[in-house]
Parts: sequence; structure tokens; C-alpha cells
Amino acid sequence: MKVTLFIPCFVDACYPKVGLSIVQILERLGHTIDFPEELACCGQPAFNSGYWDEARAVALPVLNRLRDSEAVVIASGSCGAMIKVFYKELFEKTEHTQAANELSSKCYEFSDFLVNKLGVTDLGARFPHKVTIHDGCHGLRELGTGKEPPRKLLASVRDLELIEMSEAETCCGFGGTFAAKFPMISTAMGEVKCASALETRADYIVSNDSSCLMHIQGLADRQGKPIRTIHLAEILAES
Amino acid sequence: MIPFFKEFKQQATRLTHDLRHRGLIQTALKKYEISRDAKKSRFQSWETARQAAAETKWEAINHLDKYLVEFAQKLEARGTHVHWASTAEQARDIIVKIVRDKKARSIIKSKAMTAEEIHLNDALEHAGFEVVESDLGEYIVQLRHEAPYHIVFPAMHLTRGEISALFQRELGSAPTDNPEELTMIARRALRGKYIAADIGITGVNFAIAETGMISITENEGNARLTAALPKTMISLLGIEKVLPRLEDLALFLPMLATAGAGQALTGYNTMYGGPRQPGECDGPEEFHVVLLDNKRTHLLADAEQRDALHCIRCGACLNVCPIYKNVGGHTYGTTYQGPIGSVITPHLRGLQDWKHLSSASSLCGACTETCPVKINLHHHLLQNRRNAMAEKPVWWEKLAFKGFAFVVNRPRLYDLGKKLARIGQAFHPLIKGTAFDPARSWTQTRELPELAPQSFHELWKERK
Repeated sequence: MKVTLFIPCFVDACYPKVGLSIVQILERLGHTIDFPEELACCGQPAFNSGYWDEARAVALPVLNRLRDSEAVVIASGSCGAMIKVFYKELFEKTEHTQAANELSSKCYEFSDFLVNKLGVTDLGARFPHKVTIHDGCHGLRELGTGKEPPRKLLASVRDLELIEMSEAETCCGFGGTFAAKFPMISTAMGEVKCASALETRADYIVSNDSSCLMHIQGLADRQGKPIRTIHLAEILAES
Repeated sequence: MIPFFKEFKQQATRLTHDLRHRGLIQTALKKYEISRDAKKSRFQSWETARQAAAETKWEAINHLDKYLVEFAQKLEARGTHVHWASTAEQARDIIVKIVRDKKARSIIKSKAMTAEEIHLNDALEHAGFEVVESDLGEYIVQLRHEAPYHIVFPAMHLTRGEISALFQRELGSAPTDNPEELTMIARRALRGKYIAADIGITGVNFAIAETGMISITENEGNARLTAALPKTMISLLGIEKVLPRLEDLALFLPMLATAGAGQALTGYNTMYGGPRQPGECDGPEEFHVVLLDNKRTHLLADAEQRDALHCIRCGACLNVCPIYKNVGGHTYGTTYQGPIGSVITPHLRGLQDWKHLSSASSLCGACTETCPVKINLHHHLLQNRRNAMAEKPVWWEKLAFKGFAFVVNRPRLYDLGKKLARIGQAFHPLIKGTAFDPARSWTQTRELPELAPQSFHELWKERK
């Protein structure tokens, strides 16, 4: 299958290894990667801040480039939700409504794509560590990927021990521009998340969304908490 | 900055740093979650129940004109006085006039968020009447001269010790931290008030159009006493409370109890269809029902957000909201707190004054997921943000997003931007956390992620 890969701006700039891991995994499974180099951002920051005209200016090239793809894999639940769910609202009652609906039906968050579209759960990875999962809100609730796909994938990783935290489904407090507009609330939410993760004594917090991990890691580093974060794709690419 | 926004930020800053408060709320709501889940599992299918409830409310809200008239006519046929209030002021005036006409001295009142919304107690006290709250939680916050902290659990922010200290101070009771004893202290103080009251004021959980009845749900029996003992009963409700059929209660009563308090059914569920009829041995001699609009019809006119009128005020969205859990109920400065409050307050009290509540959300969607009547809460927060910015954009934000769009749509410019950012990052430690730091709101409490030496775009090019 020809898989079109959408790499969000912050993954591109800060976490390129996540993108490379996804490429490596999909190529190993025999798929061809189509990477639209001209795309950088899905438009979510402007959309979430209420500036829908400016969001459309960023989103329209994405929509036009991705609409003819066979399947689109998005390396973040949050940007995935933007393209799959919110483009339909953003382009509602415009000439692009149909394109947004069509694109929506072929967009996949990475773990959802592996488990539900390709039917793959065992990638032959080995990761000899204790991990705990953070369910990113957008993947969990907005995309409806649910809790299963990342857990199924982790269950097949050799020597990996998964310890669930009590607040796995609770938001980490990032929320895009929310983290900058209401830093006190965002930080408090992050503290709740970190405390819950620490209770498990896991070596790593794993998630399928780098934006949450960026927030959790940034807070843990500042507070000197022994927390390391890793994206699901990076674990699955280990051998 | 708008005063309400400033106040919100100040309170949020104070409470997010208060670890005792955080622990108190998280513990209380954890207990709720456990019992809610246990009761949810008693439904054959909670999801199907939600869908059925949403459809019933959709039907009711989209035919309010028909169902409200049916409700009022059925009530009037049995001698109830039905009043229509377009505004909070009208509702207050109607109720104060009834109380004056009855030459009442004291009033007993059971829980009614609508009464909080129109500041009814203030109006009655201003007119010279004593009003006593009979719901235990409401009574406690009334003694503290505070607003309810939560739609359903008004005093959840207080410990037993604090309540005991309050009762010692206000009621002269002996110290105790036994919950039963605390309840008995309040009960003894309240019994006299029921007997003395000339007027009983209640809220309404559901209004049944088919039979012209109001349904009241409670756990303490206080609403029954409030309705039964005084000679005159006044019930105040928002127009969105209407349900088409009596049989709808078979779904809505267990649903409200489960979502609201983690109960299978609330302790007391009562229906009132009018004043005492000839041959009946109890009930009020006179029964008034006050229907309140207070901008609900504005929300009804908004096709996108009309479903916010489905709300049955169960408080489930507050209970799962990580914002509510960290800032608490008073911080909102609204009658209705949490996600539902952030959605409807801009409609009820002005978008520009209350738009900050829609921004104060990480859009995690836990509210929408839990709402028993399937209100698309967090999408409505996004729509409020859009409407607020379309009406009155913040010029520098708009300019920044225009600039951002200009850059990301030009790959070479965007590449240059990333290279410059890498250079900038090397010098960032010099200003980190200071007033000159453009990322200050992040870096005051968190580390920024490091930019990778090569971006994915660059690595991809090399790979090819």
C-alpha cells in the first residue's frame, strides 16, 4: 500500500526520530511511504484559538495534497483529530466540504492504522523496560481509537512490562495554546499526571502522541522527577 | 483585561497551587467515579440509554413551543398558577409579589440552581423576608455566605472539621466530626424553619408535558417537607426542563441519579401536579410554577449549540473535568460551573465577558464522553472561541496566525525559520523565564523541548 505520512510541525522539529521509526516500521511491513515535503502544519493552533480563517489558510494545502491519498497516517493523535474530525467542521458549508469528508475516511492515527487497518500487532520489537501508558485525549476520545490499539501493540513487545497508571485517561494538561494561556492550570494537570505515572515505578511513559509527552517531559525535567517519555513508534522500531 | 477574566486567573492561580484543595477534590471525585461506574453497569447498555435520552431531549427542545404550552395548560387545569418570566428580573418580581401578597414572614427553600441563577435569595432578603436553604449542602454554603461550589454537591470543598466549626459558630452546636451528628445538628435547626415557613420554594428536575407535573429528585427528604408543610408552594424552572411524556422519567430518573451522584436512584423522587385538590388530605393550598427563559431562547436560536439545552444539570461533566478538579467551583464565577457552565454562560451573560471560560480548556473531551444526554460540550467551547474571535479579534494574535500561515505555506521560508530557531535556542538560556522570554508562560514551570539537530524534513531528504 502507498501510505501518505503526515508529520506534524513539532514532530518534524523536535522529534524526527518518531517519524523515522514510523517510516521504518511501515517499510518493513512492505508499504511505500509518500511524504509530502511541502506540508508542515495542520492548522490546529489557529483553529483552537478561534481564528478559523487563518486555520483554513494552513489547512487547505493539506486538504488538497492529502485528499487523493490511498491512506494517510498521522504521527500524532492531536493533529490526526484535526485532520480527521475538525477539518469537517472547519470546511463545513464551503466548497471543500466533500473533500474534507473524503479525507476523513482515510485518515489514521499510527497505532489505529497498524492494528485496525493492517491487522498487525506483533512487530518483533524488544524493549526490556517497565512502561506505563498515557492515553492522549485526542486519540482516545476524538478519534475514537480507544485504549486497545497501543496496548495490543505493546503486548507483543518482548521483555516489556506494562504497568497501568490510575490516571491513564486523564489529560496531561497540554492542550496546545491552553498550556501558554493558562499555565497554572496546565501545570497542575501535568503534576497530577506525573504523580500518577510515578506511582507505577515504570521506567518510561509511552504514548502515541508526542505533544503530550513534550508537556509531561518538560514538567518532569523542571521538577527533577525521574520520568522518561518515549513514543510508541520508537519502542516498536526497537529490535 | 475583563474583570471576570482577571478574577478567574487570580483564583485559578491560587487554587492550582493549593495542594490540600487538590487532594480534597480529587479524593471526593474518585469515590464518585467508582460508584458511578458500578451503577452504570446496571444499565443494559449505558450508550444506548445515552442515545435514547439525547433523542428525547432533542424532541423536547425542538418542540418547546408545543410541550411548554401543554405543560402549562395541564397544570392550570388543576388550579396551578403558571407564570412566564422572560428575564431574571421578571422572575424575581413575580416571586417577590407572591410572597408579599401572602404576607409571608419566612420562606423555606429546597435546592434550585435556577434560583441561584436569578439571585432569588438576595431579592427576597432585600424585600425583607427570611429565606432558609433546606438542602444540607446548600444550608452549609448559605451559612458561609457562599455560592454553591458544584451544581449537585454545593459544599464538596469543605471538610467535616470545617462544617463542624461553622455549626459551632453559627448554631452554637458542640464540636463533632461525625457525619450523622453533623446532619442531625442541621436537621434540628431546620425542622423549626419548616414549621414556621409560610412559603416553600423548590426547583424542578423535570417538567412532564403530558401530565402537567413537575418531578423533584433529592436524597434528604427536605424538598418534600419544603413542598408539603407551607401553605404556598412556588416552583421555579428553566424552560429547558420539559420532557414530553411521563414514561420518559423511567429513563431520566435513573440516568440523573447515576450520572449525577453514582446512585441507582435518588432517595426521594416526587411528582407534583397541582395544589391540594378537593378531598385530598395534604399538599399546598396554592401552587405557583414560574417558567424562566433568561436567554435560553437565545441558545435555542443557535442551531450549532442548541443541544446545550439538553442539560439535566447532573454535574457529570464537572466531575470528570480536569480543569474543574484543579481550579474548583468558585473560580468560574458563574452559577453553572465546569464544562456546561463554560459553554452556556457566554450565551446567558455575554460572549465577550465570559469567553475566557471557553479558552480555559485543554479540549480533552472527557465532558462530552461522559454527558448522559450527549451534549457536544468541548466542540461548543471551540465554537465559542471562534464566535468570540470573529466578533472581536485580538489584533496581535490574528497577525501572528496570519504570519504563521504565510511561513508554513512556503517550505523554504519554513526551513529558514527552523534554522533560525536553532540558533535562537542556543541563546535562550540567557533570557529563559525572564520578561524578555517569548516562551515565558511555558518556561516558568516547564522546560522547552530541544530542537533536533536535523528536522524530519532534512533527514528525509538525506535518506532519499
